[in-house]
Amino acid sequence: MRTALFITCLADALFPEVGKATVRVLERLGQDVEFPSEQTCCGQMHVNTGYQKQALPLVERFATVFAPYDAVVAPSGSCVGSVRHQHAMIARRFGSAGLVEQVEAVAAKTYELSEYLVDVLGVTDVGAYFPHRVTYHPTCHSLRMLGVGDKPIKLLNAVEALELIELPAADQCCGFGGTFAIKNADTSTAMLADKMRNVLDTGAEICTAGDSSCLLHIGGGFSRIRAGAKTVHLAQILAATRKDPAL
Amino acid sequence: MSTRVMLGFPSMPPPAPRGVGNLRGEDKFPVAARRALANTQLRHNLGKATTTIRAKRAQVVAELPDWEELREAGRQLKVHTMAQLPDYLAQLESAVIARGGVVHWARDANEANAIVVDLVRGKGVDEVVKVKSMATQEIGLNEALQAAGVAALETDLAELIVQLGQDKPSHILVPAIHRNRAEIREIFLREMADVDPALSDEPAVLAGAARKHLRRKFLAAKVAISGANFAIAETGTLGVVESEGNGRMCLTLPETLITIMGIEKLVPRWQDLEVFLQLLPRSSTGERMNPYTSLWTGVTPGDGPQEFHLILLDNGRTAVLADADGRDALNCIRCSACLNVCPVYERTGGHAYGSVYPGPIGAILSPQLTGIEDNASLPYASSLCGACYDVCPVKINIPEILVHLRANHTETYAAEHRVPSAEASAMSAAAWVMSRPKRWTYALRSGRLGRILGRKRDVIGDVPLPIAKQWTDARDFARPPQQTFRDWWAAEHGGER
Repeated sequence: MRTALFITCLADALFPEVGKATVRVLERLGQDVEFPSEQTCCGQMHVNTGYQKQALPLVERFATVFAPYDAVVAPSGSCVGSVRHQHAMIARRFGSAGLVEQVEAVAAKTYELSEYLVDVLGVTDVGAYFPHRVTYHPTCHSLRMLGVGDKPIKLLNAVEALELIELPAADQCCGFGGTFAIKNADTSTAMLADKMRNVLDTGAEICTAGDSSCLLHIGGGFSRIRAGAKTVHLAQILAATRKDPAL
Repeated sequence: MSTRVMLGFPSMPPPAPRGVGNLRGEDKFPVAARRALANTQLRHNLGKATTTIRAKRAQVVAELPDWEELREAGRQLKVHTMAQLPDYLAQLESAVIARGGVVHWARDANEANAIVVDLVRGKGVDEVVKVKSMATQEIGLNEALQAAGVAALETDLAELIVQLGQDKPSHILVPAIHRNRAEIREIFLREMADVDPALSDEPAVLAGAARKHLRRKFLAAKVAISGANFAIAETGTLGVVESEGNGRMCLTLPETLITIMGIEKLVPRWQDLEVFLQLLPRSSTGERMNPYTSLWTGVTPGDGPQEFHLILLDNGRTAVLADADGRDALNCIRCSACLNVCPVYERTGGHAYGSVYPGPIGAILSPQLTGIEDNASLPYASSLCGACYDVCPVKINIPEILVHLRANHTETYAAEHRVPSAEASAMSAAAWVMSRPKRWTYALRSGRLGRILGRKRDVIGDVPLPIAKQWTDARDFARPPQQTFRDWWAAEHGGER
């Protein structure tokens, strides 16, 4: 099986450790993951901000670059959500009939990391070791657009020495929402404050999630208030071992 | 709006007119939201109320093994009805007339208000009682009646609180959700002439005071005005679903009943109520069944109002119907489940939306009714978290329509302006960079992404990416790493694979 990593533009530019961790987990599980360097961005930011037409070249690129692979895996529920739910809409509106077919075919084999591990590889214990108190924030798009359910929880529960603490009001949005965080900064910040309070109330050292974007937001808030808690992507926890710890 | 063309129509159907009604706020959402967020009492009241009602809803919805099938049935019934709306409306009109009612067609808020004012004047009364109704709030009927010298008395307890407090409703179902009982006690003491000065803030005592205040009005009223939750095309039956029984007082005691109903409230058959009367109470109040369901058909001699007028209101709805990507907003049954789960609504409250339709449904309905130009900030008042779509009893894909309306807004702007907005320039620049891996790699490597995106003024703070001041006011931004992922990969794996 040829598996391609879709790194996402955000992780490529700002969180390379998330990409490296994804590669480490997959290689540990015997996957020969490839990184097609022609990839760029899924176009979600454009679509969600109202610039659908500008997203077309990105949608076309995604479909072309990833067409040759049997599976595409990305460390982001949000970007996979865009591929699955928005690419066909953009293709229908601005592209050719052929493009619609092409994006639908690629979308059907594109997986968020926890989906890929649990559904495609059939693994919940990835052999990780992470001796920390962790709480899990189910990001909105993993939870609702993709419906990943308890897959990330299953993966975390199988991590050796990890203490998982349930997050109160876990299903509430952290307030990121892409350009929402800028256009409605005050409301976004109010949502972030409640999310941070809920995380800190658990006493966890680490807040993890399957999306770098939400973690950028929550982590940025923690950093600003000098909170003791940190944010770490799910992939980094799953990649951590005794020999090669994430922290 | 300007680019849409409907074959067979001479032009686009008109939006709800300006200068009348309550569909447009004075401030854009972010400005109004900022004000609301500063009100700690409001934050507390809303957080408490929405958390309670969310839990109640979740509990009663979980009881039904066929909830998802019910939602799908509700959706399909609505989609079917909207596809044949003109036929069903004509059927409804015939059925209402056959049963002794009078049907009026109102193109917009002005026409609807004028019809009501004429009817009320014809009865020679200077006071009418009202059943809680979103349609009458939408068109500003109370204001129109007041201008004509007629007092419109709200009889729904929460609407009464809002009216007495010279306030505006902030929620579709519980319009005084932003008030707590201490505030309500103060309003009653101040505004109810006949209230006991020893009034406490116990909910039962407050309700008792309102009952006493209203009871006399019910018995004296000659004309009542209502909205409708449903109209049944095949029988001409109208329906109002409520909790207090005050609506039923209005619907049964006065001699004349005037009902104003948006044209989308229609269902084809009597049997369809089976679906909606299960979906609505569980989604709205979190009850298995609502306490009062009043259904009436035309006029029944010797029983109830002897004169019945039905006003069918368009006020921009035909324009919504004309947009294939947005029209599902008309399927709404006004349960307000989407408000109660919305993290934005929970923090800002309803007034921030400016329209009588707040929350996620308001963010897709108001801009479509008024035309996007007049409510352009509303489609952006969402983090697209999707909680609204999950709970909607008729499965309106609110996030998808929000995204559609954002596109509608930017495309309308682009069509009307020769110079693109700063945001559009930045988005085009980002797309230009990202559409070619070489450009993207170059931008990342040279650390010049921000400069390329913000090239107009050569500052990063000017671009609509999460590096602007609005971000750094409250959160730190992650420091870009020394090496991007793709550079690491190339170093590790010797270039492309």
